[in-house]
Order: sequence, then C-alpha cells, then structure tokens
Amino acid sequence: MEHSEEHGHITPYRTLVSVWLLLLLLTAILVFVSTAYQDILAVPAMLTITPLKAGLVFFYFMHLKHEKPFLKSLVVVVLVLLIVFIGLTFTDTANR
Amino acid sequence: MTNLAQSDPIEYRSFLDMEGRKGILSWILSTDHKRIGILYLAVMLTLFFVAMTIGVLMRIEQLTLNPPLFAPQTYNAFFTVHGVIMIFMFVLPGAAAVFGNFFLPIMIGARDVSFPRLNLLSWYFFITGALVVILSLFTGKGAPDTGWTFYVPFSLRSGTNVPLGVFGVFLLGFSSILTGINFITTVHRLRAPGMTWHRMPLFVWANYATAWVQVLATPVIGVTLLLVIAERLFGIGVFDPAKGGDPLLYQHLFWIYSHPAVYIMILPAMGVITEIIPTFAHRTIFGYKAIAYSSIGIAALGSLVWGHHMFTSGMADTANVVFSLFTFLVAVPSAIKVFNWTATLHKGSIELRPPMLFALTFVFLFLIGGLTGLIQGALNVNVHLHDTYWIVGHFHYVMFGGTGMGFFAALLYWFPKMFGKMYNEKVATIAWFPIFVGFNMLYGSMLYLGYMGMPRRYYTHLPQFHAGHVIASIGGFILAAGLVLLFANLVVALFKGKKAGPNPWGGVTLEWQTPSPPPFENFAEIPKIADRPYIFNPEVSR
Amino acid sequence: MSIEPSHEHPVHKDYEGSKLGMWLFLFTEILLFGGLFLLYSVYRARYPLDFHTGGQHLNTFIGVANTVILLTSSLTVAMAITAMQKGNRKLTMLCLGTTIVFALMFLVNKYIEWMGEIRRGIYPNGPALLRLPNGEKIFYGLYYSMTGLHGLHVMAGIVALSITLDFVRRKKITNTDFTKLENVGLYWHLVDVIWIFLLPLLYLAA
Repeated sequence: MEHSEEHGHITPYRTLVSVWLLLLLLTAILVFVSTAYQDILAVPAMLTITPLKAGLVFFYFMHLKHEKPFLKSLVVVVLVLLIVFIGLTFTDTANR
Repeated sequence: MTNLAQSDPIEYRSFLDMEGRKGILSWILSTDHKRIGILYLAVMLTLFFVAMTIGVLMRIEQLTLNPPLFAPQTYNAFFTVHGVIMIFMFVLPGAAAVFGNFFLPIMIGARDVSFPRLNLLSWYFFITGALVVILSLFTGKGAPDTGWTFYVPFSLRSGTNVPLGVFGVFLLGFSSILTGINFITTVHRLRAPGMTWHRMPLFVWANYATAWVQVLATPVIGVTLLLVIAERLFGIGVFDPAKGGDPLLYQHLFWIYSHPAVYIMILPAMGVITEIIPTFAHRTIFGYKAIAYSSIGIAALGSLVWGHHMFTSGMADTANVVFSLFTFLVAVPSAIKVFNWTATLHKGSIELRPPMLFALTFVFLFLIGGLTGLIQGALNVNVHLHDTYWIVGHFHYVMFGGTGMGFFAALLYWFPKMFGKMYNEKVATIAWFPIFVGFNMLYGSMLYLGYMGMPRRYYTHLPQFHAGHVIASIGGFILAAGLVLLFANLVVALFKGKKAGPNPWGGVTLEWQTPSPPPFENFAEIPKIADRPYIFNPEVSR
Repeated sequence: MSIEPSHEHPVHKDYEGSKLGMWLFLFTEILLFGGLFLLYSVYRARYPLDFHTGGQHLNTFIGVANTVILLTSSLTVAMAITAMQKGNRKLTMLCLGTTIVFALMFLVNKYIEWMGEIRRGIYPNGPALLRLPNGEKIFYGLYYSMTGLHGLHVMAGIVALSITLDFVRRKKITNTDFTKLENVGLYWHLVDVIWIFLLPLLYLAA
C-alpha cells in the first residue's frame, strides 16, 4: 500500500502524558479561580484557560500541529464563522 | 488530450447496463456516482411533479373565491407541503445531487467521488427523509400547516404532525451534509494529473463552493429542528416567551442556515450556466477566475445576510442596518457572474439550441429575481413588501427562474451524455414558450399583487386582487402544461430517442471525451491535463 | 493510481482524503453544538444573575470529575493510536478498552447527576423548575439540551470505539492501515473539547 509513508509522525507517549498533565493542571487552576475568586476572575479565567485547553487537545491529541497549514486554517475559519454568527445575532439581541 | 471516446468497443460497457446484479437492486445498492445521480433525478422529478400539482391546486383555490374549493386548513397544509417538498427535496439537492454527482468526478478526471459508499448513504438519507415527511402528511393530525419555515410559537402549538415533518427535514439535512463532505474531499484529492485548481471546469468550482455551505450551514438548522422537537416533547423553553425564551432566536437560527441554503440552491445552477454558455457561444468563458472566486465570495458573504428575512420581526435597528448593508454587498459577486456571462456572449457564435435557450432564460429570470431581492433589501421598502406576494414572486424568480431553469438547462445539456439518447430538440424548444410565458404571467403578477398589498399564505383574497390572481392562475396552468410537454419529450426520448454520440454540442470539458453513456469506470485511463478549460479555437489564444 | 475497470468500484484507500473527510464531519459537529452555544451566549447576556444562581445549584464535583474522566479518556485514545503506529496491538486494545470504560463512567456520572436534579423537580416542566424565575428555566433548558446532546454523542462514541476495538482485534486495523482508528480518535477528542467548554459555561463561570 502506498500510504504507509504518509502516516509519518508518531506522537510519543511522553508528549501525550505531558499534555494530559497540563490539561489537568489548567482544569485545576480554572476550578480554583472560578470558585475562590468567582466575581472578578471567573469569566476572564474561562475566556483564557478554556481555549487554551481546547487548543492543546486540537494541537497534540488531534495531531493538528503536524497537519498541513490548509487544515489548520480551516479550523480557524470554522471557529471564526461561529463567532461571527453569534456576533451578528448580538447586533439584534444586545440592542433590544 | 487523448480522445477517450474511442474506447475498444468490445471492452466498453455503459454504466446503464444491468450486468452483474439484477434490476432494481443493482441500482439501489450501487455506489457508482453516475447511478446515484440518476437515483436522485428519478426521486426528485417525481417529488417535483407532486409539489407542482399542489401548486396548481393552490392556484385553483385562489380562482374559486366564493366559496373556495378547499378549506383554509387544507390550504395551509398545501403551502407548507409545497414549500417543504420543493425546497428540501428538489431545489436544495438540485443540480448538485444530480449533475454534481454525475459529472463532478468525470470533469476532474476521476473514477468516482472520494467516498462512494457515503454517497449512497446520502441518497438513503434523502429518500428516508422524504418518506418521513410524506408520512407526516397521513399520520397524527395530518400535514403540518406552519409554512415550510416552521416559525415558533405556532410550530410549538400547532396540533398537526410537526415533529414528524421536522424530523424528516432533519434527515434530509444529513443527505446534504454528507454530499458536501464528499465533494470537498473529491475536489481536493482526486483531480487528474495536471488538473490544477485553475484548470477545473467552473461547474466544479460552483459545486465546491456549494459543498462548503452544505457542510457549515446545515448543522445549524439540524440543531434548531431538534430543539423544536425537544420543545414540543419536553418543554425545554428556549423559544417560549412564557418561560423566558425568545421566539426571535428561532428565526435567527433558522435563517442562519436557510439563507445560505439559497446559495446551495443557486450556485450549482450558476455553474451549469457557466458550462453551457461557452459551449453554445463557441467562445471561451470571460473572466474564469472572477467566476471561480465569486462563487466562494457568494458563499462567504451569503452567510452574513440572514437577518434580511427578519426586518419586520422586531429586531433591533442596529441589526436591521447591518443585515441590509451585507445584503446589498452580496449582490456584487452575483452581478460579476452576470457580467461575465454577458461578456462571453459578446462576439460569440451563438447557437440557440434548447440548453442555451434555457440557460439564457436563467440569466434573464435570475436577474429579475436578484433585482427584486435588492429592492426588498432596502429597510423602508421591506416594511411594505414583507409577507406579501412580492416576496413569493421574488423567490420564485430566483429559485424557479434561477435554479429551476438551470436544472432544466442542465438536463437538456447532459441528457444525451447520461442516457446515450437524443431528444427532440424542436419539441423542447416549443415547450419553452408556454414555460416562459406562463412563468412570467404567474410570478410577474405576484410581484404586482404583493406591491399592491396582497398578503401571502392566505387561502383567499379581497376582490381588488382577483384580476391579478386570475392572470397568475392562468399563467400557472400554462406553465404546468409547458413543463409536462418538456418532460414528456424527455421520457419518450429515454425509450425511443435516437442514439447520441459522445459530443452532440461540441463541448470541450472532459465529459464530452467519454462515450455516451459513460462506462462504469468513466475513463479507461486517467487523462493527463495539459491546458485550461473552455478552449474552442486553439489558434486564437485569449 | 491505476485501478482495473470492474463492476464494483474498488474502495481505493486515500489516507489524507479520509482524514480530510473526518475533519469536515467534525466541523459539522462544531456548528451543530454552535447553535446551542449561540443560544447560551444570548441568554446569558440577558439573564446574568439567574444563570449564576443556576450554575451554583449544579453539582460542580460531578462536573469536574467528568472533565477529568474525559480528559483522561482522550489521553488513552491518543495512546491507542501511538501504540498501533508502533505495532503494539495488545496495548492498542488495552487503551481503547480503557477509553470505553472511562466513557461509560462519564455516562454513569451524568445519569446520577441528572437523577439528582430530576428528583429535586428541576427538569423541563418539572414542578420545582416552574416555580423558579424565567432566567433559571432557560438556564436549565440549555443545561439539559447541551449535556443531553453531548451525552448522545458520548453514546455514539462508545459504539464507534467498540467497533474499532473489534476491528483491531480482528486485524482489520494494522500499523500500516489505521485510518479508522485515527478517525475515531478525532471524533472522541471533539467530544472532549465540547465538554471542555461546557464545564465552565454551565458549572463554573455561570
């Protein structure tokens, strides 16, 4: 079969476990900040830590780091599209 | 480019031959993109004529004023079912499901799509969805009466079989999504050697842009319809004002899909026109890149305009202005296409054969549809036109005059290739007259009626509108007669038509290099592409 | 790529194409949940206090536990792929099996959590919920819709993972042909990503 060379990059176990530990740590920080400093820090924490966690899963677990730039840009396009949908809806709901 | 029509006659086997498996099973279990395209064609045309009949009944209702022939509830079911069938089962799958499936792989020099089994699954989702919708007509408390738009709160309260109808549409959405996934992957992965992106026929570009809209927009209506079902079954409350919900959010979610959906409907048809015009003008297409990228532009900009369906719904003024602005902008890439088609005709050697006749009809009728769309995109005018017959006229001009005519043009263009038989061109041309005249009587009257204030989705009307309705109904009957003639001609040709050669029109894209009908594997050898498409006079380089 | 003409279309194996197709499907899932995220955004802006109250009453412990479970299940499915690439079929099957166990644990937790709320009368049209302010009704409506749709995807994932496990067992997935395993992994990771967003939206920062 001609595609065995295409499969290419193998993510080492060590990388996977490191990412997992980082994800757990970020989750812990998120939970702590959200409960201890609920009023001031909960939303900023969510807005920074959560995309970071998602990004780690995309890049390392889903192998996006080693995929073609085209695929990476598609993921960005889809997320931007969703944000645009929500944003345009807000031009209505935020002004009523 | 090798002339692939000269296949060894002993080896050549038309994809229509029933060798191997017997009869109907060899069709409904086939993963061959050409057979799947024809499966879609057969079901879609059947459903089209069912929905057309309902349309005729609606026109009869408007003729019979005192007393009307059908009860108001029946009329509500009529326009709902007419819309659901036409939109979700004919215009949306449209040229993509039939001609995209049949010709996209051939046009890029491939043997099939990337995922042939997924392709068959798409068709199964299609017929299952269609059957579920039809089932909803005859079970429970009968056909949904909410209009094809299923607006809340009425869709939550209507006693009719909304959940089943809506679930059928949900399944139809899967068909669209899977086809989109298939076409995107196919275009990226299966182009023949030398077939760069800028050497692809523009019909392929059109289907590619469409596929992105199918993939990204359809899931939104999927979740929205699920929420309608969840609301009816469990009382979730997200659209229910009594529980703090906002019915307008239903409209936002619904139109976030349903507006891009109209670009799913029109882009493949525009792609068809872009194939036909160069062939029958015997000139290369004017502005290849402009047409290619305007398809992408329409898909992108078209995702930002959905609020123009909601100008009178109670949206904030900021939203109204933003959506009106984007609506005006999206006309630009569409206009670019019209300019390019016109420029292609200029100094061309034009042959007005049936495919060209219908292609030019597309341009004319779509132009009217598009311009009326701009008019309704203006906020102040929209207040008067919304929910009137003007809107009904507008969308029939674009969806029927546009996509519908494009579909017929495609069928007339590719029929000899698909079936290996030629139809009677004279009859096809004669059928054009009642179609064109009837169409404009029917929908032109609607533009006028709406402008004068006639509301839509009403089973009856005030006396001052009656003359307009009479003209419209007569036009509708003439149109229907023309359509019957058009298709009867094709059905006869299917059985008794003269054998068609590989290239009856002198086309230059890859499908005309194969026999008519093409063999199972499309090409004995995958072609190597050395040049851009649409070269008619090799001596004259443009 | 030369393919003999035949009746059946040979299922040509295109690894990159298969991966692209799977990513496209994942995009549809993002947009599917996206509709619910849109509703959440609008309603949260409209009912900030009620969303806060609603979030407080959810069982944060189970929410966080489920997050840990899903993150770990993502690890195990990713390890399964590395194991397969290295030709270690037994480790692959162990990792896949562990992933499935974690997924089941998630569902059990969800069941316990939902039952807890349902017994308190907090469910769509439930007696306790009807007495709460509208903003909280919407909050719980979204809570059940979003975690419900997510739960359905977890169930589908369990089915897909199990079928994949069987394919590995029967050597239909090998170290040179493991596209199906990779694609199932991609799907499972997206299920995880969606939960990564649901946790703060519903349990923490609401």
